Parts: sequence; structure tokens; C-alpha cells
Amino acid sequence: MSSDAVEIRNLAKRYRLGERDVLHGSLRDAFSGFVANALHRARRRPRGARDSIWALDHVTFDVPRGEVLGIIGRNGAGKTTLLKILSRITEPTEGEAVIRGRVGSLLEVGTGFHGDLTGRENIFLNGAILGMRRREIERRFDEIVAFAEVDRFIDTPVKRYSSGMYLRLAFAVAAHLEPEILIVDEVLAVGDAAFQRKCLGKMGEVSGEGRTVLLVSHNMSAITSLATRCLWLDAGRVRALGPARDTVAAYLTEGHVAEQPGFADLRDPKIRVGVPKQTHKQILFESVRLLDADGRTSGVFFERDALQLELGFRSATAAGRLEVLCKFSTLEGVLVFTLASGAMDVDVEPGPFTLTVDVPALPLRRGRYVVDLYALTSLPQDDVRGAIELEISGPRGPVEDPREVRDELGVVSVDHEWGAVQSTREPAPTRSG
Amino acid sequence: MATEATRVADEIVIRPSTHWVDLGAKELWRARELLYFLTVRDLKVRYKQTLLGIVWAVIQPVMYMVVFTLFFSKVTTLYTAGQEYAPLALTGSVIWLFFANSVTLASTSLVGSSALITKVYFPRLLQTASPVIAALVDLALSSTVMLAIMVAYGYFPGVRVLVVIPFLLLAIATAIGVGAWLAALNVKYRDVRFVVPFLLQLWMFASAVFYSATAIDFDEPWGTLFWVNPMAGVVEGWRWGLLGGVRPEAGDVALSAAGGLVVLVAGVVYFRRKEREFADIV
Repeated sequence: MSSDAVEIRNLAKRYRLGERDVLHGSLRDAFSGFVANALHRARRRPRGARDSIWALDHVTFDVPRGEVLGIIGRNGAGKTTLLKILSRITEPTEGEAVIRGRVGSLLEVGTGFHGDLTGRENIFLNGAILGMRRREIERRFDEIVAFAEVDRFIDTPVKRYSSGMYLRLAFAVAAHLEPEILIVDEVLAVGDAAFQRKCLGKMGEVSGEGRTVLLVSHNMSAITSLATRCLWLDAGRVRALGPARDTVAAYLTEGHVAEQPGFADLRDPKIRVGVPKQTHKQILFESVRLLDADGRTSGVFFERDALQLELGFRSATAAGRLEVLCKFSTLEGVLVFTLASGAMDVDVEPGPFTLTVDVPALPLRRGRYVVDLYALTSLPQDDVRGAIELEISGPRGPVEDPREVRDELGVVSVDHEWGAVQSTREPAPTRSG
Repeated sequence: MATEATRVADEIVIRPSTHWVDLGAKELWRARELLYFLTVRDLKVRYKQTLLGIVWAVIQPVMYMVVFTLFFSKVTTLYTAGQEYAPLALTGSVIWLFFANSVTLASTSLVGSSALITKVYFPRLLQTASPVIAALVDLALSSTVMLAIMVAYGYFPGVRVLVVIPFLLLAIATAIGVGAWLAALNVKYRDVRFVVPFLLQLWMFASAVFYSATAIDFDEPWGTLFWVNPMAGVVEGWRWGLLGGVRPEAGDVALSAAGGLVVLVAGVVYFRRKEREFADIV
């Protein structure tokens, strides 16, 4: 019984880049390759082009029974690969993992849902896909429906559901899976705030019941509030493994350059989605940079930190009237505030120029925010939605209450003073920030 | 004691697979309920938003019968082993269409559900087997209509009709074997979807669907070649069970059964060998 719930020894997964070489397999492979090549145009690949990467590079760690392990790291650090191996979706290339207990894996909310089936049918199908017995699903059916709050629509095809109902139902099934080991990937990234809170609550419940949870998230507040320990993966290797708060802090410190780079090249077509032609515009956004109080580029700030936005433009003509708007929204799309320049005359030569705007104390609470940029000129205007993201990692200094999640306090922090007044006496002010 | 057993059973060791093939029968058995739900899904989804719905299961074989009867029996003389042509074509079409539809749906079963395969683990063979099981429901319906038409032609099947059961099982085995092989191949080579209609058409010509092979006196090696095709045995056995007439030779049937078994085992083994790569490639 001293055994850990999950033991991982030297686990590694290599992905080959580009197409696989069909000529180096068995006879059967050669035959299927032959069939394919005869039908395809035979594609020649240069010999020796054996590009491969270790998505997971010989990782070793244990997860004791009942622990909630947070897994963090940049995109491409191997988090999802690790979860996929542990969920048996893909095989490791080397090493081994021993898992003791029934595994419930939730890499995506609503896996296997079919739009044409009703809510009821999908509960059974999805439950069975996730590994539940039919009797278990029947037993928990009412609970699932109640959690999802879809009882009136349970016999309606889910394609007629609102996206919120769909997500709630999907999560409800997964949340009632009752696995001994729960593997969760970024599930909290979807849904509205109320739904996220419900998920967090349900997962807290799960871990409270002594189950083991492996949780991948980019939401640092979720990690610190739920996880006891945290694993930091970097380029497929274990960068750090320790108490959740320490690991997250270390990660965020480095995150100044990594996760939220604090700089975006707005000429990148990937950022400018659905904007076919920009050439005839009078003024174009070229870049955006976030700078902290020391003048360093960063995408991660603490509450009340100073922020400078540096906006790079290119002007097609000399001078002109310009109004710039920087809209800060939550990831759920709630507009929090706008920095509006008002109409101003910019007196520049054709070519690049820069505008800066200073925010002395960011009023945002912990969480991730996205900035939309608008340049209003005599038409056509330029706008870049989702130009850059920034993360507020919480108040400076130690966090008093690890369970404090952003939603409970709102998204802005407001200067205020409390006053305690005793009847017939002078007010005695106490400060609070 | 019981808990200890469960604990041992629940311990999963994940490591790169070695070369031997585990058919995973135990795992399949444990997931039998999932097969049921996947089959129900396939059935319900297939005829959603169609005008005629499950009537399509009947239309296909009846149209085959009409067309074959109109053309083949008029234009050419065919081997019919003394049978009336329309029931011969109908019985052949019913079982053939079960097989052909099963294989077609099974071959796209993995590619069509890549979202599922990359996000959750379950024995993937179920995903490929479920359309075959779902096609059985279509077969039941088309068989009912087929029996009615047979009666109209004056065929009243007796106890002999029970022999269709082993032949149906052979058809299922062959469909799963071929379906699994094509589905696994399709993950890597999307050419499969061009090959399947073509393959099935050729296969139909070779399987005595619209003629009777029992009437043909094959020269060797053509006889062996003909009967080693499992569907040749299936069509002739099925038809003999329903209509009577010339009984297929036991040796020929054995050849077909052996062919079907080889197809099943080879298909499933190939599938299992490739299964571990599905999520990475699909």
C-alpha cells in the first residue's frame, strides 16, 4: 500500500517531423507502402532526413496517492504528450509508467459527444467512452443532469444546445466519473466564469475525497489553489518539481520572457486573422510591447504594477488625425477598461513611428487579459483584436489565501478606505488596499 | 481479498510495446457496453435528417434485384442453377449489401472520428466493429422484405433456413477483418477511400451475387481461387439456405470459411499492430 498512484520512470516520446519513411518497416509495411506509393505520386524523401524531437525527454517522477499535481510549462513543453501517454492514447517511445487505480482522463470536454444525439443519449455514450459502466451512469444520471442544469432539454439533440449548456453537460459527465486517478488538461480554459468556478469546486471536491489528480493548466491561480505540488516541464524535461506555490512563482519569474512575451509583431498574419488587405490603410499597427517599471519587456505583472504600452505604427502619409484605443478584456471577453487617446494630431513623416501610453498602477486582479487595439483615422481604420495578452499573477508579496480565485474578488482592484465609526465618537480610519 | 484482486487488475503498466501481438480480448470484453452504445449511436445518427430513413436499407437490395433482373437475365444468359432469377439476385444482393455497407463504413470509422481517437483511450477495434453490428439491423429489415418477396415467388423456407446463421457469422467475421484492415490503413493512407468502392465492386463480381456459382464447373485452380473468397461461400450458402437448389460442396464451403478466418485474424492483427500509432498519425 506504500505504492504511489503514478510512477513514471524515464518516460520519453519522440515524434518524427515530416512524413515517416515507409521503406524501413517490415514486409507488411513495405507492401502497404507499395500500395500507397503506386496510388500517390511516389514521394521521394532525402535519406537521412530523420528529423525528430523528443516531446517528452526521459522524465521521472512519482505521484503519491491523494495528491493533486499541477503540471505547468510553455506550449510545446510536453504537458499534453505526458497526459496522452498516461491516458494510453499514445505510446511512449521509451521508459515506463505504472498507474495504480482506475484512470479517468479528461483531455477535452465533450469528447465523443454527437450533435444529433439527445442529451440523455450523449450522457450514456460519453460515460461509456470515458469508461463508466452502464449501471453507474444510470445511478448517477439524475445527479449529472442536475449538475449540468439541462433537465428541461435532456431529450433535445445537443446540437440545439447553447454552447454553455453543451459544456456544462459534457463536464458534468466527466465530473461524475469517480476515477481514482483523474487526468485533466486545460479544461478550465473553456466556459464562462461561473462554469469555471463550478469546475474548480467540483475538482476540489474530487481531490478532497483522496483521489489523485494530474492537472495541466495555464491558469496559475487554478494551479496554486488546487494543487499541492507542481511539476514544471520545459522542453520535455522536468525543470522543477515542488510545492505548487514555489514552482509557480519560479515559473512566473521566468515567464517574464517565456509564457507571455510582452511583445507582438502585428504584421504577423496569424495575429491579423481575416484581414485581407492592409496596404491602402493610412496608419497600420506594426507592433505592441508591454514594459514594466524597470523598462523591461514583460507579459506578466503583479497587481498595481506600472505598465507602459509601446505601440509601433507605420504611416503611409505625413501627418494626420489619429485616435487610438487600447481595450483590456478578460479572456471571457468582458471589457474591463479602455485607454483612449482622444483625437490627436500626429505630425510624422511617412514611415514608422511609436506611441507610448503609461498606466501608473494596473487595476487588474489575478488572471489573464487580452488587449485589442484600434487606430481610428480618416478611413479606413486599423484594428487588431487580441493583439497581445498579459497575465496578472496576483498581488505583490505573499498570497494570504491560496484558495482565493479571481472570480471571488472581481477583476479590478479599487483604491478604497475603510472607516470604523463608533457612535458619538470621531471616525478612526484604517487603510486597506 | 477481492479488493486486492481489483487493485492488481487496475494496475496498468505503460511501456513501448514489444513485437508480439496481444489481441486484447479481455479488454474488448470489458468494453462490451461501449460497443453497444457506439452501435446505437451509429444507428441513430445514420438516418438522422434523411427523408426515407431506414427504408434505404430496403431500397438498395430491391433496386439491385430489379436492375439485375432487367438487364442480366435479359441481355445475357447467366448461371442460375435452375433458379428463378429475381429471388436469386435478391438473396445475393441482401447479404452482399450488408457486407459492402459494413466494410465501407468500417473503413472510415477511425478517420471519421479522429477527435475521439486523439482525446480518449478505448479499444479502437470497437469503433470499427460498431458499424458492422449496426449494419445487422439494416440486414434484419431488408431480410424481412426479402422473405416477403420470396413468398410472393413461391419460396417457403423450412428448417434449412437455419444454415444461413453460420454463413452470416462468416460474413460478419470477414467484414470485421477487412474493415479493420482498411480502417487501419486509412489512418495513414487516405487512398483507401478511393480503393474501397472499386474493391467492393470487383469483389461483388467475384462473389456470385448476381449469378449462381454452384452451377459452374470450375477448372482448377479456378475453383480453389473462387471459393477461397469468403464471400463466395457466404453468398452461395446464404442463398442455398433460403432458396434451396444446388447445395454448395462442403469442401468449397470449408475453403471459404478458412479464407474468412484468415481475413479476420490478419485484419485484426494488423489493426492491433497499428493501433498504437493511430493517435499520432490520424
